[in-house]
Amino acid sequence: MLKALVLLFLAWVCFLFYAGIALFTSGFLLTRLELTNHSICQELPGKGPLVGGGRGEPGACWTAPRFSRAVIVLIDALRFDFVQPWPGGLPAPQPFLGRLGSIQRLLEAQPQHARLYRFLADPPTTTMQRLKALTTGSLPTFIDAGSNFASYAIQEDNLIAQLNNTGKRVVFMGDDTWKGLFPGAFSEAFFFPSFNVKDLHTVDNGILEHLYPTMDRDNWDLLIAHFLGVDHCGHKHGPHHPEMAKKLNQMDQMLQTLVERLENDTLLVVAGDHGMTETGDHGGDSKLEVMAALFLYSPLPLFPRAPLKDPEAVPQVNLVPTLALLLGLPIPFGNIGEVMVDLFSGEGDTQPLATALAQASAYHLNAQQVSRFLHAYSLAAQDLPPEELQRLQNLFSSASSEYERLLDQLKTEEVREADIQALISQLRLFLRGARTACTETWAQFRPARMIGGTVLLASTCLLCLVTSGLASSPDFPFHCLLLKSVAWGLAGSALLAGGLMAGGSGLEPALLSAGAAATSLVAFLWNLKSRGRPPMAIILPGPLPILVLLFLRSAALFSDSFILAEARAAPFLLRSLSLFLVAQLHWEGRLLGGWPTAPCLSSPTVSMARREGPRALGLLVGLLLCVRLSSLFLRCPEETPVCQSSPWLAPLAAMDGGQAKNLWYGACLGALGVLVLSVRFWLRRCGNLNSPAPPVLFVRWGLPLMALGTAAHWALASGSDEAPPRLQALVSGAVVGLPRAVLGLAALGLGLLLWQPVTVLVKTGASSSNPIVVPFVGPPASQADLDYVVPQIYRRMQDALRGKLAGGGSQTPMALAAYGLGSVYSAAVVTALALLAFPLLLLHTERISLAFLILFLQSFLLLQLLATAIGNPAGSSGPFSVPWLAISAWALTATQTFYSTGHQPVFPAIHWNAAFVGFPEGHGSSPLLPAVLVGANTFASHLLFSVAQ
Amino acid sequence: MKDTDIKRLFYAHLFCVFSIILTTFIPSLFLEEFSVLETHLTWLCICSICVTILNVALYLLVKPNPSSKRSSISHKISRVLKSCVYFSISCLLYHAIIVLYGAPLIELMLETFLFAVILSTFTTLPCLCLLGPNIKAWLRVFTKNGATSIWDNSLQITTVSSVIGAWLGAFPIPLDWERPWQVWPISCTLGATCGYVAGLLISPVWIYRNRKQLTYKSR
Repeated sequence: MLKALVLLFLAWVCFLFYAGIALFTSGFLLTRLELTNHSICQELPGKGPLVGGGRGEPGACWTAPRFSRAVIVLIDALRFDFVQPWPGGLPAPQPFLGRLGSIQRLLEAQPQHARLYRFLADPPTTTMQRLKALTTGSLPTFIDAGSNFASYAIQEDNLIAQLNNTGKRVVFMGDDTWKGLFPGAFSEAFFFPSFNVKDLHTVDNGILEHLYPTMDRDNWDLLIAHFLGVDHCGHKHGPHHPEMAKKLNQMDQMLQTLVERLENDTLLVVAGDHGMTETGDHGGDSKLEVMAALFLYSPLPLFPRAPLKDPEAVPQVNLVPTLALLLGLPIPFGNIGEVMVDLFSGEGDTQPLATALAQASAYHLNAQQVSRFLHAYSLAAQDLPPEELQRLQNLFSSASSEYERLLDQLKTEEVREADIQALISQLRLFLRGARTACTETWAQFRPARMIGGTVLLASTCLLCLVTSGLASSPDFPFHCLLLKSVAWGLAGSALLAGGLMAGGSGLEPALLSAGAAATSLVAFLWNLKSRGRPPMAIILPGPLPILVLLFLRSAALFSDSFILAEARAAPFLLRSLSLFLVAQLHWEGRLLGGWPTAPCLSSPTVSMARREGPRALGLLVGLLLCVRLSSLFLRCPEETPVCQSSPWLAPLAAMDGGQAKNLWYGACLGALGVLVLSVRFWLRRCGNLNSPAPPVLFVRWGLPLMALGTAAHWALASGSDEAPPRLQALVSGAVVGLPRAVLGLAALGLGLLLWQPVTVLVKTGASSSNPIVVPFVGPPASQADLDYVVPQIYRRMQDALRGKLAGGGSQTPMALAAYGLGSVYSAAVVTALALLAFPLLLLHTERISLAFLILFLQSFLLLQLLATAIGNPAGSSGPFSVPWLAISAWALTATQTFYSTGHQPVFPAIHWNAAFVGFPEGHGSSPLLPAVLVGANTFASHLLFSVAQ
Repeated sequence: MKDTDIKRLFYAHLFCVFSIILTTFIPSLFLEEFSVLETHLTWLCICSICVTILNVALYLLVKPNPSSKRSSISHKISRVLKSCVYFSISCLLYHAIIVLYGAPLIELMLETFLFAVILSTFTTLPCLCLLGPNIKAWLRVFTKNGATSIWDNSLQITTVSSVIGAWLGAFPIPLDWERPWQVWPISCTLGATCGYVAGLLISPVWIYRNRKQLTYKSR
């Protein structure tokens, strides 16, 4: 009964946390309404005449097409500096510089035909979001970022849909993300799997095979080729690897051939969807990720003006209206981009007036479309600020009437070019204002909800703090408190629901659950208070310094700078905690051996001191060393410019040198070996390896087998490109098989362990009843405390033995011997940890195994230190209470190891590679399994440490 | 007896505080372009030397623990030499601990070392003056009931408060305020100095307020 109540109580606390998080995220995660309206070819976005309007002409919608066909070459992760012209003659210092010579030659030889731009991507810089933006002209928001692995078809109006509507044929080849985004939209398509980032060549070679034959045929109006090799090369090797030079050379060759085959009516667009960081990742909003390249080329002169010295920066969405108007299509309904004015010039002639008029007309169409979209959007959703909308509408209508006035004037008399330029700048002002307003709204948070969620979370934390002291007493009145507060919570949520319904707004689950949580929390605290004031010592568990430390830790989460510096702050607090522990030991006189900062080891008092003194000091120094060493594996948060990420985070496959690679591989193998051997040694020393039970046998033979499998997988993964072609099939088979085998072994081991957790060999004579309590029914406690169960078990066994002896005097004295009692609990935990560690190791890059070794060593030292510090309560009985000291130290360690295994709490730092361990062929459609793998990689340290709790 | 002791302690501490305050002004009269933040290392050296000299002088003047049985010259010299060795060992140890706490290992080595020196000046040096190069006594003083005189109590307070000050000084470093004093190790040294000064001021007050509870066992 009590157990069920405790469980219920825990469930209720979990509910409180989830409600707080849900409330917070509902205010924080951005959403945007997707309109399904489509622009129609025969229907202009607003009233008004057209200049040079091609209505009625075949293949023309809002304007006459400038080009009848276009080739879009999308090179994934084509950063701007990959394309940037490199002065001839100089050797390029980086493998990615100056490789695209064909673009450079075109820019120099034909400045009227070719133009290079900086192509500014909006974050999130993930491929699917970029593709959406590049076809719809809108801003995919945060929420879309999560759906990248199972791309959903685009519902909004987009270029591809417009092409289809006007009967044009789109041929696609490349990344199969497009298949999900535009199902059935292509007249001909060659999709290649995109998900495996280790594979540099499949997609590109597939495209190259089909590209030229398709170019020579005549059955297409838009040809899209989406190359993935550069992006995958960045993910696998980083931009600084020689492989990147090869890949870019290949792209250069392709572009060269493409330009030669280009016909006069065809526009060539070469674009990158996003950039990449110095380590080849993308997804965030750093400058390197956002700055992609855009190159436009036409066999006929296209640009009326000479290029600027420094390439102009254009937002990515601007390509959408530009392409639409150049191809004679309607601009997609939801577009908020602005036409790139350079590409519009008067037909045939190069008179400034005609050019200005053509540009004004394009701008006016674009502005009409954006104004129509804003109107439709503000009818469907209320999130755009009305004053801003009003201001924009006024701007637009004044510009529009000015445009009409100019057109009227044009019929009768001459129009000055300056007037047209003024109109253009007015229209541009409107378009930019609209885009800014949209960006601000769709990146707008709801502070009230965020504050509410934070308050709820904080008070739940406080509740945990208060009840953790109270609830350990057995007569704590769980049931009445819990029932009352749950009843109050239900009542509160019902009231809130009624209020919301009466108010006319819809019911939101996040709001309702938050209401329930808040009322039940208040009810619980009220009841607790009315039960009488418990003494302060119970309310505030743990000594004051620990509480101060905990407070600092949680307060630091509210500071941007401290979140950035968390990788350094968490170990700092951990060190302070352990140093404080030892200092306190000394203060209480239990550490006569030395004062931790004084040169004590040479002092004669050591010999008289208790053994614990130097031991605790040694543990402290070891712990500090471990923490310091593990900081070698830090990855930098992207916002800090001076910080250098540890070079050891890259996989071994990214290294060139043979010697260094082998040395590193040896070191990793050493770490693996030490890990396995130390687990075995520890268990053997504690005597847990004697019984013939299956878990024990598994530990003896299964662990080395797993280590072997891991080592073999690393060897293959780091050198698979160098394998002779004869063995390729074998290698690729092993790359799949080995991780699965290790995973299977680990699962088997864990199963065995759950089935028979006690690795104690008990030799009893005729005794049938086993007097040992089975672990895992006691209260959850840390490993250090578990060690102190042992004396009690001994005592209980002795009692049982004595009782038996007294009861049956005729029986012969039993020979009872138990091996490995000293660590009944910890042995099981250690084994489980080792079993978990191997699959997690496989998910990381090779050299992280050293960090894992440090992690194990460090947690071992920490536990020993805590055990020394807490002392031996062998005399006390009753339930253990885990001191707050231990818990906070443990939590800090978990955070610290999160960072020291090369993680950072930001999107681009997620190790996407982990999804391919054991599944190099990709996962099919289910996003669940890769999510699990990536999640396991990211939270490896938290997983390990919470299991160890 | 006790009240006069407390008075002596108070005046000695006041001297120390004033000397530290003076180190921020006086050198600018002699040195051009001197300021605590910009020529921080110079100030660190000056401050450390001043505090050392003052501590030793005060010790010779006040003689808080006049209990040396042997007072031969050779004994005194060996004590001084031992103290010097201990002081340098403590500097090295502090340096090691600071590096273990996350200070850069190779870059800014001089800065880190001077930080260790100033911490030693604030903590080890008073110990050396008051207790002599006697680790046993040091260890005794820093336990719960180990203080045997008000001097020991003041030692406890100043030492702990300087260490805590240095520890707190590390907190502003990650903040993005872009102030000159956020550069390593300025905030930590300033924190240690403030902690030391606070300890010097607090300890006489604390001892005065708790003078009834403080009963010292004879050694």
